[in-house]
Formats: sequence, structure tokens, C-alpha cells
Amino acid sequence: MAQTVAQPTATTPAVPAKLPLKAIAPWAAFFGILMLVLLYFVGAEQGATSVFNGTDVHEWVHDARHLLGFPCH
Amino acid sequence: MNSATVRNLLVRGMLAGLAAGVLALIAAYLLGEPSVDKAIAFEDAHSHEHEMEVVSRSLQSTAGLATGVLVYGVAFGGIAALAFCFAMGRVGRFGPRATALLLSGSALLTVYVVPFLKYPANPPSVGDPDTISKRTTLYFLMMLLSVLLAVGATILGKRLAPGLGNWWATVVAVAAFAVVVGLAYEFLPVVNEVPQDFPAALLWRFRLSALAIQSVLWGGFGLAFGELAERLLNPRPAKAAGRTVPAAH
Repeated sequence: MAQTVAQPTATTPAVPAKLPLKAIAPWAAFFGILMLVLLYFVGAEQGATSVFNGTDVHEWVHDARHLLGFPCH
Repeated sequence: MNSATVRNLLVRGMLAGLAAGVLALIAAYLLGEPSVDKAIAFEDAHSHEHEMEVVSRSLQSTAGLATGVLVYGVAFGGIAALAFCFAMGRVGRFGPRATALLLSGSALLTVYVVPFLKYPANPPSVGDPDTISKRTTLYFLMMLLSVLLAVGATILGKRLAPGLGNWWATVVAVAAFAVVVGLAYEFLPVVNEVPQDFPAALLWRFRLSALAIQSVLWGGFGLAFGELAERLLNPRPAKAAGRTVPAAH
């Protein structure tokens, strides 16, 4: 009997409480932008626009850029 | 407490992204690199001017590829973890694992598949260097539009759910997403810069491998991050408890 009572609680997924927006916002602002900067360097630097001169960054991640679907050349 | 949870999830997201990046790197090396090499061979055979190599091919296809794919994995892992913090408990009655897999499936679709169907990945020698600015703008625009539309569709679904029920609210939201994406496909400019005699089979294999890499990345991320999030948020997994309790009696 104890098992049949325990069964529904075991199969029902525990839904954790919502995280308050105030707790997420600072992390999202700082790390969200940092992550986008990383994606920019993998995906677009020294292609359409350049932060650094030359083509070293572009050439280094060349294959990844093609295979990850970013426009290259 | 809550801020610490966000930080813990962010760290786990970046680690899961790194792990998924390793899997994607294996897929990229085994499935993608042969097509890249063939496309470069085509390029060399058809262009008369030979550019000086800044980075050798052997470095580009190993260390360079690894840098790009792993950074991509970590960066998207971090962004997905932040999106997960927001989605958790807000999109519906899903546990951490289901939320993570749902989120990463949606990310694969909106961040990659939707832009890919309009502006697919291209191997070397496909693409005019003079139009790189236009193509980059269009690609990122399509990506941004797709993500915004997916967020909009999710909000629409949540609004409709009390009246239509979860099933039909989801159907309507997905249909609305598909229709607006279809309109965007129709009205955004076409890009077709495939050289006349470029092998069609090679282009197809390259694009399939690009799709495979993303599927491995997001599939791996959803499973890995879901497991880490589950252990963090529900320290005693329901399944393990169910297994040990009958044994104890």
C-alpha cells in the first residue's frame, strides 16, 4: 500500500520554483554579452567587420566558421 | 540563494556546452572535414591566383576547428543556461531535464535550422568575397528574427493555453511561428553564389554534415545540461528513490 501511494509522487516530475528575474538579470546582462562577444569572434570577426587588423583570427577558425554555418569569405 | 542557483546553472551550462562541443568537434572532424578538403581542392583547381597560407590546412582542420567549435559550444551553453534559468517553471510543468531538452531542441530549431533553411552553410569556394557584409547581415538578421519569433510564439502559446488547452495552444503557436518564418523566407533576399560547376553531391554532403554537427551539439547539450540541472535542483532523483524504497521494504 505504501508503494502504491509512493508511485504517483515518484513519477510526477518535481517542478522547481521559478527563479526571480532580479536574480537572473545581472548574470544575463554580463555573461550574455560576454558569450555574444565570443560568438562574434568565432562567427564574424575579420569577415564582414574587423576589430583586429589582418586575417589571423579568420584563418584560424576558418573551418569551424564554414562547418558551423556562418558566412565565410 | 537564488543568485547562487543562477551562477551554478550558468557554470554547468558552460561545462555542458564544452562537453557537447567535444562531441560536435568529433562529428565535424569525421563528417565535415572531408567535404571541406574536397571543396578546397575544387577551389585550387579553378582559381588562377594562389593566396599565401596564413594558417596551414593541417592546423585549420585540427586546432583551429577545435577552437571554433569549443568556443561556440561554451558560448551557446552559457546563453542556453541563462535562458533555462528564465524558462524553468515558466514554460509549463516540466522538470529540469525535460525543460533542458525542450530548450535545446528549440534552440537547434531557432538558432540554426530556421536560418539554415534560408541561408544554408556553404563550403569553401561557394560565396563571393564582395558580398560577405550583406550575407553576414542577412544571416544574423535571420537568426535574430527566428529567436524573437520563437519567444513570441511561446508567449502566444502561454496566453492561449487557458482558453484552448495546452495541445491546441501549442499547435496554434507553432503554426503562427511557421507562417511568419515562411513570410520572412519569401521576402528576405535570396543568396545563391554556388559556382556553376561546383559538384552538387559535395554541396549536399557538406550541408548535411553541417546539420549533423549542430544536431550532435544541441542534442548532447540538452542531455548533459539536463542531467546536471536535475542533480542541482532535485538533489534526490525520483527514479533512484523509487528503486531503493521497494528494495528496503
